[in-house]
Amino acid sequence: MTNAPTKERLPRNLDYYDLKNQAEEFLYEEAELLDQRHFREWLDLFTEDLVYFMPIRRNVKFGEHSARENTREEQDINWFEEDKWTLSKRVEQIMTGVHWSEEPLSRVCHMVSNVQIVDVTPSLDAPSEMTVRSRFLIYQNRVEYESYFFVGKRLDRLRKENGMWKNARREIILDQNVLLAKNLTVFF
Amino acid sequence: MERVESYARMVDADNGIIDREIFTGEQVFADELERVFARAWLFIGHESQIPNPGDFFSSRMGQESVILCRDRAHRIHVLLNSCRHRGMKVCLYDEGNTNTFTCPYHAWSYGLDGALTGVPMQKALYEDIDRAKWSLVEVAQMTNYKGTIWATWDPEAPPLLEYLGDVKEHLDLALDCRDGREGGSVVFGGVQKWIVPSNWKFPAENFAGDTYHNPSHRSVDMVGMGPNSQKGVQGRHDNRLSDAQHLWVSFPGGHAVHSALKPESNEYHPSFGDHTAVEDYFRDSHEKRKARRGDKARLQAFVGTIFPNTSYHGYLPRSICVWHPHGPQTTEIWRFFLTDHDTPKDVNTYLRHHYMRYSGPAGMTEQDDMENWNYATAASRGTISKRYPFNYQQSLNKTQKNSAIPGCVSEQVTEQNARAFYRGWRNYMTGAAWGDICAEAPSPSLQAAAGDD
Repeated sequence: MTNAPTKERLPRNLDYYDLKNQAEEFLYEEAELLDQRHFREWLDLFTEDLVYFMPIRRNVKFGEHSARENTREEQDINWFEEDKWTLSKRVEQIMTGVHWSEEPLSRVCHMVSNVQIVDVTPSLDAPSEMTVRSRFLIYQNRVEYESYFFVGKRLDRLRKENGMWKNARREIILDQNVLLAKNLTVFF
Repeated sequence: MERVESYARMVDADNGIIDREIFTGEQVFADELERVFARAWLFIGHESQIPNPGDFFSSRMGQESVILCRDRAHRIHVLLNSCRHRGMKVCLYDEGNTNTFTCPYHAWSYGLDGALTGVPMQKALYEDIDRAKWSLVEVAQMTNYKGTIWATWDPEAPPLLEYLGDVKEHLDLALDCRDGREGGSVVFGGVQKWIVPSNWKFPAENFAGDTYHNPSHRSVDMVGMGPNSQKGVQGRHDNRLSDAQHLWVSFPGGHAVHSALKPESNEYHPSFGDHTAVEDYFRDSHEKRKARRGDKARLQAFVGTIFPNTSYHGYLPRSICVWHPHGPQTTEIWRFFLTDHDTPKDVNTYLRHHYMRYSGPAGMTEQDDMENWNYATAASRGTISKRYPFNYQQSLNKTQKNSAIPGCVSEQVTEQNARAFYRGWRNYMTGAAWGDICAEAPSPSLQAAAGDD
């Protein structure tokens, strides 16, 4: 996903900007739910067949990036390769009140930017699915002195279900090699 | 000499009293790099990561970068990743394939065996440099044990198998095929690496068999993420050890494990709910292992630590973890996940998913460990808190010899394993000879009996 999409660039017309507004609104609402710790409501934004994927990034020689830079979904060990059920288990774990890496709860702030639609199905004027690219900056502040920045890119596949947008696939590209955080308890 | 005495004083392994200073002190850490990490056998990587000539994988020994690579003659090398001219790293990549390691600084270049092969303008600028003397520094000893690559900087260190001693049988439980064939494990692509604000000894001690910390994993047990949890079963483990006698076993040299012994019947216990293919695979492997190994197949893996900083999970999850020392209060953790070379794809998919949800910074079990190791370290540096040593007295003098299992064995939850780990640490830190480090330590119960006389 770090590579440029092969699809033709969508036209920047009114339909595009209307749809981009919907995508942005979806992502901002999502960030609000997470930052307000409404984790269960956050889960409702995802389809039942969700794939939530974050590879590990490697330092590789110039020219080998497409082949080697990111660990591969369904083949390698990744940071995350989740479905809806396991993501809901992660939420439940936080809600036990004894998940010590999130108890007391961290203070988390999600910043979302650079939102663009890279693909839409079947068409811009009658969209039922779209692929949305964005950047994130997530700040986590924990207990007294701990703070972590997670910065990177996301690619989301939004699908309309019963007239509402839901996220069916999230790829997260975290711009770190050695993870500079002791844990990945925040949601991306 | 003064520091030798102070290390002997800081670790009173026999009475289970250990000074907090060993977890935070700058001087302690500097001495550890010299006395522990420059002597002991360290885990480097796995041969499956470098199958072809020219393949390399960048690893670490102590605080230093090393290159694990395979030369044109298929020989494996472990080389210090530092140019002999000005020290720049000659390899900046995590992995890849190459003919040569060329320093980016002044372009000295080295072959896959570490030999200095190129010095720019050598004839004009270096009258008579003896290139053979300026190869990349190679480890003193390197051993490939069932695919795992180990190395030491100490030419006097005993061979790896002697260094391991009887802990080998437990490490084998992680390295051998699930059906009892010897060796045959490979590493999944993707090594997890992350930084934790903890002294390296907290996780090493934890994996040496600290079963007492189970309450800190209550949250994952409550929600359930074990093989049966999609059916609503709580907990995080398979059912393999439900009828087994858990054993905590420690060895000379500071190694210690938590394994288990199944009853003589050694029956398979279904664990995988609706995952029929996974269930069939593990049942089949269990029966084949029984047929191959007989009574030996009763021994089951859980966790263990090979002194100083290599730990394993032996079954589910199945991984090798290295606690790289960054500083007295910072550790870089690397985890390599294992599977058999011929595990079916659908089983591998299940295993990968389970591993990722159990272990590492995104692991629902291990996240809580990181929190503990972080704040246990932080609480070891206060002027006042440092006056109060840690209590390692759990199940003191409750170990015994077991005819079937070599080593110092406990059948109840114990800190004997931690005491053995720190006894080993004290030996290294006081400069003990290899013969003493690897010698059988007197068992605490024997000492107590002698004291009664």
